[in-house]
Amino acid sequence: MGSLATLYQDLILDHNRAPQNYRSMENANRRVEGNNPLCGDKLTLWLRMEGDRIRDVSFQGSGCAISRASASLMTAAVKGKTRQEAEDLFQRFRRMVTGSLDPSEAQSLGKLVALAGVSGYPIRVKCASLSWHALKAALDQSDGVVSTE
Amino acid sequence: MSEKAGKRESGTAVRSSASRTDVGPVAPTRLAASPLDTGRLRVDFPILDRRIRGKRLVYLDNAATTQKPRAVIDAVSHFYTHENANIHRGVHHLSDRATVAYDEVRQKTARFLNARSPREVVFTRGTTDSINLVAQSYGRAFLTAGDEILITGMEHHSNIVPWQLLCEQTGAVLRAVPLNSAGELELEQFAHLLNERTRLVAVVHLSNALGTINPVKHLIGLAHVRNIPVLIDGAQSAPHLPLDVQELDCDFLAFSGHKLFGPTGVGVLYGRESLLERMPPCQGGGGMIETVTLERSSWAPIPAKFEAGTPMIAQAIGLGAAIDYVSQVGLPAIAAWEKILLDYATHLCNRIDGVRIIGTAQDKAAVLSFVLDGVHPHDVGTILDYDGIAVRAGHHCAQPVMRHFGVPATVRASFAFYNTKEEVEVLADSLVRVRRIFG
Repeated sequence: MGSLATLYQDLILDHNRAPQNYRSMENANRRVEGNNPLCGDKLTLWLRMEGDRIRDVSFQGSGCAISRASASLMTAAVKGKTRQEAEDLFQRFRRMVTGSLDPSEAQSLGKLVALAGVSGYPIRVKCASLSWHALKAALDQSDGVVSTE
Repeated sequence: MSEKAGKRESGTAVRSSASRTDVGPVAPTRLAASPLDTGRLRVDFPILDRRIRGKRLVYLDNAATTQKPRAVIDAVSHFYTHENANIHRGVHHLSDRATVAYDEVRQKTARFLNARSPREVVFTRGTTDSINLVAQSYGRAFLTAGDEILITGMEHHSNIVPWQLLCEQTGAVLRAVPLNSAGELELEQFAHLLNERTRLVAVVHLSNALGTINPVKHLIGLAHVRNIPVLIDGAQSAPHLPLDVQELDCDFLAFSGHKLFGPTGVGVLYGRESLLERMPPCQGGGGMIETVTLERSSWAPIPAKFEAGTPMIAQAIGLGAAIDYVSQVGLPAIAAWEKILLDYATHLCNRIDGVRIIGTAQDKAAVLSFVLDGVHPHDVGTILDYDGIAVRAGHHCAQPVMRHFGVPATVRASFAFYNTKEEVEVLADSLVRVRRIFG
């Protein structure tokens, strides 16, 4: 079981207070709504793809500190990446928050490791994953609504 | 407080426990009849000894479900260990014993609610099941297109969605009485919304999201002037307030066993006998019939008409033990103690920077719902959990209430008689810590 300090790190609290890429996007070419019906978290994700590359990404929504900080960190992490790179990152992120990440992979997650503490709180994994599910849906070109359920 | 304790209930409860010597050790032994001695009562609840992450459990999620006293756990265990059999029609000893025990719980429940007769007590899976039964039986039989059902803006989803389903099926229309900023019903609006098309009123007694106690007796009186039957959602009131269906004059009342310190999977629908008689069954099967041919069937008398299939026998036995237990503690004493706890918690929370209490009704019980400025309720919940405190963070199955107050969710601390002032202080201290973490 993780300690509170590992879950609510300063980086998480900072991104919660002042999330990056927190805006709507006029010239987006993909838009996805994400919902966590269990807790009522909501998020809208905008993507501007250029070919296979994520040229811009932004989000808005309401949710807990974990979901806001995770969305903020996610947008910062995937901006400029190709679809494949972003999906690979999601896979590693998912392994990290569910506690099955190989330690050798940790470094490749960069600032996202701030969310590693979530693995000690299984109930909060969905909070941390909501924006990533929305990203995956947007990359899959399935405009619309995704849900963590 | 001590004078009032158990005035209505204790006599009957003690008697009925004593008459059930066969059914096992259901009678709590160390209960004082008068003062509410929380320290002693807590000993009856084994789970309250648990430690969570090394901290003593502070269980403040009683509106979701209550903990079980040893008497309830033992009654269920005793039934399965010594008396398990299916009820009705069995000629063997165990079946006869189980049938008697099950029927005794019905009588006990009737006394608990002051129903006129055990025939007015239908066992269900819980409050949700009870309300759905009324919607699908009474509603489908007697409502048609254009008829109106009146609920309120503070209902739990279980007192909204069954009526929406009924409206889809019949073309009836659902209306809701709005709330004021304190989370109280706008009573003039209630009177205004009752009209010649209203066929049913369904109102929560004690709001699970706000703690508001509605003046249900008054509302029932207004509805009865127009001969409109009223269903009371008693899920939250049953464990906190004395209920008397004759005094309230309600037509239906629903509650759940597990919120009354009993097992999950069993609940009660009280129904006025004349209404239950007129209502068709909404589930068919064994137990609810008189005769069956391959062409047609006739129904058993009430309440069996509404209890198709093998019922939740062990759970009902557990509910009986819970009713005995609660009756011996005494609901007036419970209500008085919980009022002290709620006032104390309200006082301490109001002193914490950024706490906004959601639901500030004049008449309130057992529920403290709040938001903390700039901190999402789920983060509050996680940090409180770290201190061993179990609260609920979310919409509490009352999304219209959340919308009314313009919040996505709240933190809810909900009390039971076994909670202490020290636990309220642990809660307040932990909230200060949340404040510190989030700056």
